[in-house]
Amino acid sequence: MVRLPFVLLFSAFLFSTGIYGVLARRNAVMVLMAIELLLNAVNVNLVAFASQLHDITGQVFALFVIAVAAAEVGIGLAIVILLFRNRATIDVDEVDLLKW
Amino acid sequence: MTAQEYAFIVVALIGSVSAIAVVTARNVVHAALYLVLTLASVGVTFLLLGAEFIGWVQILIYVGAIVILFLFGLMLTKAPIGRDALDYQNRIVGAVVGALMFVGLASLIVRAWPVSGTPVPGSTPNDSAVLGSALFRNYVLPFEVVSFLLLAALIGAIVIARKDEGN
Amino acid sequence: MVGALLAEEGASAAAAGSNWFVHHAYVITLLPFLSGALTLFFGKRTPGKGPVYGILAIGAGLVLSLGVLFSFVGGGGNYEQNVSWFTIGPLHMQLGFYVDGLTAVMLIVVTSISLMVHIYSLGYMKGDVRYTWFFFVLSIFTAGMLDVVLASNLFQLLVGWEIMGVCSYLLIGHWYEDPANSGAAIKAFVTTRIGDVPFMFGIFALIFATGMTTSNIQVISHIVAGGHVSTMLITVAALLLFGGTIGKSAQFPLYVWLPDAMAGPTPVSALIHAATMVAAGVYLVARTFQVFVSANPVALHVVAIVGAITLLMAALLALVQNDIKKVLAYSTISQLAYMVAALGMGEAGYPAAVFHLFTHAFFKALLFLGAGSVIHAAHSNDMKDMGGLRKHMPVTYVTFMIGALALAGVPPLAGFFSKDEIILAAKDQHTYWLAIVLLGGAILTAFYTTRMVLKTFFGEYRGHEHLHESPSVMTAPLMILAAVTCVVGLLGFAPLGAPFMDWVYFGAAPEHAVFSPLVALISVVAVGIGLFWGYRVYHEYREPDPIVRLGRFTTILEHKYYLDDFYWERIVRPVRDPIAAGVYWFNQHILDGVVNGASWVTMRGSRGISWFDRTVIDGVVNGAGWSMELFGKGLRTIQTGRVQWYAVGLFAGVIALAIIFVRT
Repeated sequence: MVRLPFVLLFSAFLFSTGIYGVLARRNAVMVLMAIELLLNAVNVNLVAFASQLHDITGQVFALFVIAVAAAEVGIGLAIVILLFRNRATIDVDEVDLLKW
Repeated sequence: MTAQEYAFIVVALIGSVSAIAVVTARNVVHAALYLVLTLASVGVTFLLLGAEFIGWVQILIYVGAIVILFLFGLMLTKAPIGRDALDYQNRIVGAVVGALMFVGLASLIVRAWPVSGTPVPGSTPNDSAVLGSALFRNYVLPFEVVSFLLLAALIGAIVIARKDEGN
Repeated sequence: MVGALLAEEGASAAAAGSNWFVHHAYVITLLPFLSGALTLFFGKRTPGKGPVYGILAIGAGLVLSLGVLFSFVGGGGNYEQNVSWFTIGPLHMQLGFYVDGLTAVMLIVVTSISLMVHIYSLGYMKGDVRYTWFFFVLSIFTAGMLDVVLASNLFQLLVGWEIMGVCSYLLIGHWYEDPANSGAAIKAFVTTRIGDVPFMFGIFALIFATGMTTSNIQVISHIVAGGHVSTMLITVAALLLFGGTIGKSAQFPLYVWLPDAMAGPTPVSALIHAATMVAAGVYLVARTFQVFVSANPVALHVVAIVGAITLLMAALLALVQNDIKKVLAYSTISQLAYMVAALGMGEAGYPAAVFHLFTHAFFKALLFLGAGSVIHAAHSNDMKDMGGLRKHMPVTYVTFMIGALALAGVPPLAGFFSKDEIILAAKDQHTYWLAIVLLGGAILTAFYTTRMVLKTFFGEYRGHEHLHESPSVMTAPLMILAAVTCVVGLLGFAPLGAPFMDWVYFGAAPEHAVFSPLVALISVVAVGIGLFWGYRVYHEYREPDPIVRLGRFTTILEHKYYLDDFYWERIVRPVRDPIAAGVYWFNQHILDGVVNGASWVTMRGSRGISWFDRTVIDGVVNGAGWSMELFGKGLRTIQTGRVQWYAVGLFAGVIALAIIFVRT
């Protein structure tokens, strides 16, 4: 089908972009979206290897990752909403109570 | 270069560009929509790699549910429908880190699996059947655990996000 | 004769044993030094607070001295023992002692009278503010006099001489709270010092005569007698030595300190200024007599003339004194002049002079202690406040009377025999002018003695005190001394063998004493004239004192021939005042300047140091804290509280690790 390096490069690119998004975005929901990118990059990686090595384990794990990602997004958004309720803001730069 | 590879390259490009758009969009709703595009291209990638079940699950769950969830979240937190200023300081650092990350990974990948040296994998027939039997035979325990996890997440999300009853 | 036989028989048995006393005579000197040290350090802790060590030491010394005397009584010989101390070039310094008859009798005098004074002081000085110190100085003084008496060489004698001078100063000024007393002490010390300078030069001259080898007295005597030394040198040395005698024994013109020294306590006057220290000058001449004999006769003439002048001057001064102690002081000067004049007659006068020294010590000490008893009761020294004391103080009266009769020269008491010997010697030497002077002195002595006794003990009491006899600790020594006075004169009585002359003699062998009834008769007559005349004038005594009838002469006597004033105006003030001003200037400007300068430097230094402390040291300490704060402030910026910031760090770290792992 598709050779490994191409897919891996795509996965790497998605991952790097997700990193950038996590570090650079101020809106907490945006950060969560970037985290989704990261998880998807990992999934692409897993499936690529499953395809290359004809081992179904990769797909199994990708499935699990999807499930966990869904759970995580649910919880994450619940936290963000709670944060918004208490602080009236979801700007991560303003959530700095642990500042010295 | 097989046909799938060409198709894949196109899809990959779309996905990459939309991923960049996700993280750089000034309008957060636009960012969410770009996320849809990215997730969709990932789904198509799965299809191209011969993992039909995963591909459709991806589109179903991610695009269908999670992005909706994101949109709900954006609405509930009164995300500014409009411009959203980025943190300039963090932007540079983040970009550097991301760039470094990509460069490192890419170099690793290219060194380990040179394009010419890697064989083209064959297709995998009966993908869903194989996945299902593996899931419910070899990996049934993790499967049960994940379902438990989902339950916990469900309950947790409700508990966290409900209004204070004042007790 | 009988006496001599008795002495020989009894003593030959003792002679064998008593040689031990002679060989160990130096112990007599060491005992009072030891008791002095013990008194100084432990005296306050002894019961009675001080005198016990002194009394024990001197009592033991007296016993040892008696032992020494017995050796001579038994015909023992002279003895000398020396220890080498150090040598400088040819000069050989020694420590040692020399014992002959002269030494033996002097030892008796010093130890017995010192013992009596110690016992007397128990009562007289009771309650004194410096009681323990007093006994300490007494002990040291006794040790000094014993050193003079026993010394075998002139330097050692000089040491004891100076010790006595210091102790005399300390004791005269014992009650130094009154500046008059300390003034008198200084006068005594300085005046005797003036005599000490020629004394020292005399010692040097004699050492030079020995070729700079030694100051041993016997060696010097031997060399001087040998005839190889220039007579000029010997004469000069003799006169210089006599200078010391003039100072210490209060002869003209250096007698002025002795009357003022009466400011000290009466026991001190008794011991030092009657019996011992003032006798040291006479002793010195006697000890170095060979030098005087071998010198040009002018030396001895000078000695005799000084003695004669002093004799008359002092006796006249005694006539106008109202202070009982001053009468006795001038009397002492006069009696010492008798001894000096006797020595001035050469070999013939030598035994007489020493015999008079011996007897005078006892009755003069007795008179002083008796005067002390009277002063103690009447609370006054002035005879104006006395009178009729014989009814209230019988023991004092009787003993004082015995002493007074001895002083006047009434036989058979001591003074008669000793004075008689001197007059005899004068007649023998055909120095008739001296004999006349001596007789005149005897008349005056009897006169002023009678005056003193009548004014004090007879008539009606003119004072206001409540009179009582002194305690027995004071009257006991009086009685002992009175008994001795009665007896001791007989030791020199020719018809009884005059054993004293067997012990003390100059030259090879003792001279046989000769008794001249003529001279004795003339002496008795002279004494009688004096007594009768005194009685006539004073037996019905009423103020004012009849002596003022002499008018201008009395005034001269009362001003002591203006000699003291002369010294003060012409000698003391011109020397002292410029020195005092100069010393004051030095002290104010230079010494104080140094001290003030030191303080100024210290102030400056301290200011600089305080600046340094504030700026540098505190700066370092504060700077350490401040730099820590700065560092902390810098580190704090990492804690932004923002999750993304932490994530950046995390990822950066991961990348770095990855690169490292890949590379290696």
